[in-house]
Amino acid sequence: MIDNHIIAPILIHLFTAIIQLACWSKTITQRVLSIAGATSGFAFSFALFIKVYNGEILTMNAANWEAPFGIVFVADLFSSTLVLLTSIAALAVSIFSSVGVGKARMLYGYFPIFHFLIMGLNGAFLTGDIFNLYVWFEVIIIASFVLLTLGGRKEQLEGAVKYMALNILASTFFLTGIGILYGITGTLNMADLSLKVPLVEDQSIVNLTAMFFIIGFGIKSAVFPLYFWLPSSYHTPPSAVAATFGGLLTKVGLYAMFRVFTLIFIPNEFMRTVLIVLAILTILTGAFGALVKLDIRRLFSYLIVCHIGFIVGGLGLYTKIAFMGAIFYLIHDIMVKTNLFLISGLIRQMRGTLDTPKLGGLYSEYPKISLLMALVLFSLVGIPPLSGFWPKIYLFEASFNANSYFFIASLILASFITLYVIAKLWAEVFWKEASRTEPLSDSFKELDIFRKTLLVLPVGILAAGTLFIGLNAEFIIQVVDRISNELLDTSPYIKAVLGK
Amino acid sequence: MRSAILQTASRYLLPILLLFSVFLLLRGHYYPGGGFVGGLVAAIAFVLHSFAHGTTNTMKIIGYKPMALIPVGLGIASLAMFLPVLIGYPVMTGLWFEEPIPVIGMMGSALFFDLGVYLVVIGVVLTILFTISLHTH
Repeated sequence: MIDNHIIAPILIHLFTAIIQLACWSKTITQRVLSIAGATSGFAFSFALFIKVYNGEILTMNAANWEAPFGIVFVADLFSSTLVLLTSIAALAVSIFSSVGVGKARMLYGYFPIFHFLIMGLNGAFLTGDIFNLYVWFEVIIIASFVLLTLGGRKEQLEGAVKYMALNILASTFFLTGIGILYGITGTLNMADLSLKVPLVEDQSIVNLTAMFFIIGFGIKSAVFPLYFWLPSSYHTPPSAVAATFGGLLTKVGLYAMFRVFTLIFIPNEFMRTVLIVLAILTILTGAFGALVKLDIRRLFSYLIVCHIGFIVGGLGLYTKIAFMGAIFYLIHDIMVKTNLFLISGLIRQMRGTLDTPKLGGLYSEYPKISLLMALVLFSLVGIPPLSGFWPKIYLFEASFNANSYFFIASLILASFITLYVIAKLWAEVFWKEASRTEPLSDSFKELDIFRKTLLVLPVGILAAGTLFIGLNAEFIIQVVDRISNELLDTSPYIKAVLGK
Repeated sequence: MRSAILQTASRYLLPILLLFSVFLLLRGHYYPGGGFVGGLVAAIAFVLHSFAHGTTNTMKIIGYKPMALIPVGLGIASLAMFLPVLIGYPVMTGLWFEEPIPVIGMMGSALFFDLGVYLVVIGVVLTILFTISLHTH
């Protein structure tokens, strides 16, 4: 069904960013605008989600050119769910940034670029045209590169160069893949590609193109072996930026992987094995990396890599239950990973450092906030009934059904290692006595109550979201069940786009 | 380097190049040209002027910081993109005036989109070049 309003979550952030550009040096106005923009963005995406959940797939032909000739925007349940999650994360980060980001960064355009980034994410989720997807990826990369380097400290630039180099490499692979695809089918519309790719006579070139897409999206979502840009860049920017990156940027690569490998290329036996092997290696390297890191944000970065493997493995198994597990994990992961980095920002405010040996005594000083953080850490580990627990059951069941025992073993190992590192983190940061030799600077205590609320509220919002996912898992399972059906049977999507 | 020839020439070239950039902008709908190229030519006109007369003098002609053009241009382009939504069409649909306008010819919302691009390009190019040249002096 055609609905011209599905593009609202993109436009709202575009307009917010433009108005903020006009108030370049007024940081208070920018903060207010950012929160207002993110709130209305959330309202629009919630309305979109409800509309798609209760109705059918919605499309919009940009510039009134009919698909497959023009660029089409499609809101099916998968993309509208991700747009909703992005908006929730963006709202939380925007509230947190109003206090958690330094004024110097705001004067150099932190907020407009942040909203351009969210616009790019929403665009990537909503587009139904593969070249347009590439363009949104570029919007995301450029915005994230600016956010990463804003401040210009040496280690920031070092991390940013690695980030930029590998992401440009990934984009090149992605673009080459699109070029070949256009050459052999003559179309860029994803629904149209889905009809035309199976008709290509020489299927070996189709498989080759699929590999280009695996490499491109694999680098972007930090899959083994080219994952190392992530842990070496995510600990350098301010925590609010790292939260957006950690929660959302790798997930857009995963979304694209799911979209392309269910709609355009149906993976054959070999490709599924490749995906599962990559997933296992990603899980193991991420888990072992997290084991040895002492800096909180580096540790979280490795955990991101580790848990990306869960989702890629779910795609590799390619059954309905595996999809349900993977997408449930994706939903849980966006909420929790964004929150983890916000928490690390909060700890930095309270202690002035993120080095675990130097930290300690948070629980005795801030018991309520510590318990809020504990809730998030527990759901990351997957303690029932919190949100990390349910998707793992589905992933276990799916891999048992597929006799993929190595994948189960790595899942179990990674879960144990996550438990171990989080328990260690809890003991070191919260329970241990604060070290007396090195004085810690607590800039949190000096803030007034309004600013304190602005810092803690976003953690609370996301924790409430996690709690909702965990306790109301039945609803989420309904949603992921429908998403998995949509992914496995793409005919409604194609019908909605092409009208046949 | 101050050369009398360049200074005199640039004084005449500035309006001519600006006029040419507007010509490129208007021609862009059906023929080669458009907001991006037009904006680059307009920016080059100012850059040439700044070579001859110094960056501070060029900034005096413009009157305000070129960065202010970026939100204005983006705003015009986005409004031209968004306007069709208000009357029930998808974004970016081309809306056209019924009657041709003298000199310009048929005018539609695409022209305003291009005008926005034109302003953004001038703003970005001049911001980058002026920042660099003010820092190196």
